[in-house]
Amino acid sequence: MIVELGALSLERGGHLLIERALREHGRVWVRGSDPDLPGQLATWSRMRGHSFAGGQITSSPDTRWVGALPTGGPNPATLGAVAARADARWGLAARGALVEDGAAELSFPLSSRDEVWDDDAPRLYAQAAAAQWDPATAVPWDAPIEHGADVEDAVVQVMTYLIENETAALLVPARFLASIHPHYREVLGLLAIQTADEARHIEVFTRRATLRRDKLGTSTRGGQASLATLVREPDLALASFLLSVLGEGSFLELLRFLHETGPDAVTRTVARLAAQDEARHVAFAVGHLRRQCEKDPGLRARLATAVRSRHAALQHTSGLNAEVFDALVVLAAGAWTPEAIGKGFDRVVTLVERMDRARRGHLARLGFSEVEAAELSALHTRNFM
Amino acid sequence: MITIGAVAYDPKVVTIWDGFGAWLGRRGLPVSYVLYRTYEEQVDALLDGHVDVAWNSPLAWLETERRARAAGETAIGFAMRDTDRDLTSLVLVADDGPVRSVGDLRGQRVAVGAFDSPQATLIPLLLLQEAGLVCNDDFEVVPFDVLPGKHGDHVGGERDAVKALVRGDVAAACLLDANQLAFGREGTLPAGKGRVVARTAPFDHCLFTAIAGRGDEDVARLRMLLLSMDWADAEVRPLLEMEGLRKWCDGRTTGFGQLGRAIDSLPFRGAEAVRAFVDRT
Repeated sequence: MIVELGALSLERGGHLLIERALREHGRVWVRGSDPDLPGQLATWSRMRGHSFAGGQITSSPDTRWVGALPTGGPNPATLGAVAARADARWGLAARGALVEDGAAELSFPLSSRDEVWDDDAPRLYAQAAAAQWDPATAVPWDAPIEHGADVEDAVVQVMTYLIENETAALLVPARFLASIHPHYREVLGLLAIQTADEARHIEVFTRRATLRRDKLGTSTRGGQASLATLVREPDLALASFLLSVLGEGSFLELLRFLHETGPDAVTRTVARLAAQDEARHVAFAVGHLRRQCEKDPGLRARLATAVRSRHAALQHTSGLNAEVFDALVVLAAGAWTPEAIGKGFDRVVTLVERMDRARRGHLARLGFSEVEAAELSALHTRNFM
Repeated sequence: MITIGAVAYDPKVVTIWDGFGAWLGRRGLPVSYVLYRTYEEQVDALLDGHVDVAWNSPLAWLETERRARAAGETAIGFAMRDTDRDLTSLVLVADDGPVRSVGDLRGQRVAVGAFDSPQATLIPLLLLQEAGLVCNDDFEVVPFDVLPGKHGDHVGGERDAVKALVRGDVAAACLLDANQLAFGREGTLPAGKGRVVARTAPFDHCLFTAIAGRGDEDVARLRMLLLSMDWADAEVRPLLEMEGLRKWCDGRTTGFGQLGRAIDSLPFRGAEAVRAFVDRT
């Protein structure tokens, strides 16, 4: 086999043609017009471990890939594509890549399929990626705000509360992101989009709060204590349960409430858009945990214990910021007459009942009995999230 | 326990010898190593018995071999890398420049590497001398002295010489053949910019050196273990890659003729310094 390089030298990529021919034929002659070609061939062969004699290059087998590690497959629907256990030696390699043996180990605390994987993750990831919205264009930022200063104060307080809660909702998946073996990339992608969703919610809530005001509202010790228990939860299943099933499950009702009762188009829109994302987070968490509970019968008891522990940890705190509750009443009232305020109060009480119903529904889907669901829902934090 | 001497021309040298040391230790040969600032300090250390073997540059091999002989001892080169055999050096000129042959370098400036670099200075200067051009009489030598004492292991001098050629500051630059390809890849030498006007005859490079009659059994065991290192072994392959080889070969001492002639005959301070060092014995 003769490789014709023409005027192409080895320093300009001529080696690619030679390598290709060597893979096929094992032994090649090379012809070209560069007067220094024989010297370059000798140098290149020495560096590559090939032998060069009498103008002929003979390939030496590259044993680098002896003992290389297969890493499953790129398509999760294929049998064997997603491994039961992801090897620390696979590191950051793409799922399906061949990994050279001896690469430095990169350990991830969550490396087993049972802990993190969900067959629905690829579908939900694709759905989430398609449902992204642009805060700059999706919200009618120039819509008129015609309500009075008191109502605007209430809106700002509610937004302040939402931002604080969404910050917790951003941090929880973000903490686990770096702990999950990247072999389970669809789960990683889903959590990444969830954090991006929350970042966007924080942005639009802040922008709404500051449309007419320079300062935000208040943040209470009780509210912070409640959210801290979420951020600190070290177990993925328990954190996902407390945050996404019970917390965001309740929050979804609050966002729907704001969509219905918000005093201006911007408030109603940001609540609607955030609710759309939160619904997806809740759906994934409920579906994932339901399948986890089917595989691991002991999980349900651990979830119940987590709710009780969190309740015990928070029983000496005040729960929901009273100013948030009052602000919700003002928003729901829409006017400052005793009748309107009374009606607003009733609507907020109804909201709390709707949250409880939603939580019980999610708990039932996880296999809790009606009695257990009622008990656990009642123990959920008074801070809603 | 065997103590290896090596020259610290790059921080990776620590990684390499820590790694090789651990690998050899697990195979029953405990190893310690000492790093030297210059090859001359290492040559002294080997001859004085501070280390058992030395991982020598070609010049350090000749220095050891000559000084050992003068002291009535015999230096042995017992192992080298596959990539230490049959190297060549190049005299590179601008592709679009007026220099078409070695003779055209008369009266010109020629860039070389460190003054004690066999591959980028001493051997190419010998080539020019044997072609009838005496350095600093017939042409001006422009040395790029990066880390003297390291015998050009630090390729910075060669790289600077090639940069001077690309800038047009010199008519030619001397460098190791493999670095022509490496500098092309990294962009120092744009493709098509350089033309090889002369290539030296093949020569050999680094050589593991011992002194006959001192710790022969351990030296033989080290040689055997080095030769058994396998590129397919994932544990040792990264170390081989860092040290620039695929396999260790037997040492041979027949590939140093040009360098010997260079240090004997060149009217150049790199050769003069070697002669002074060797004569110190």
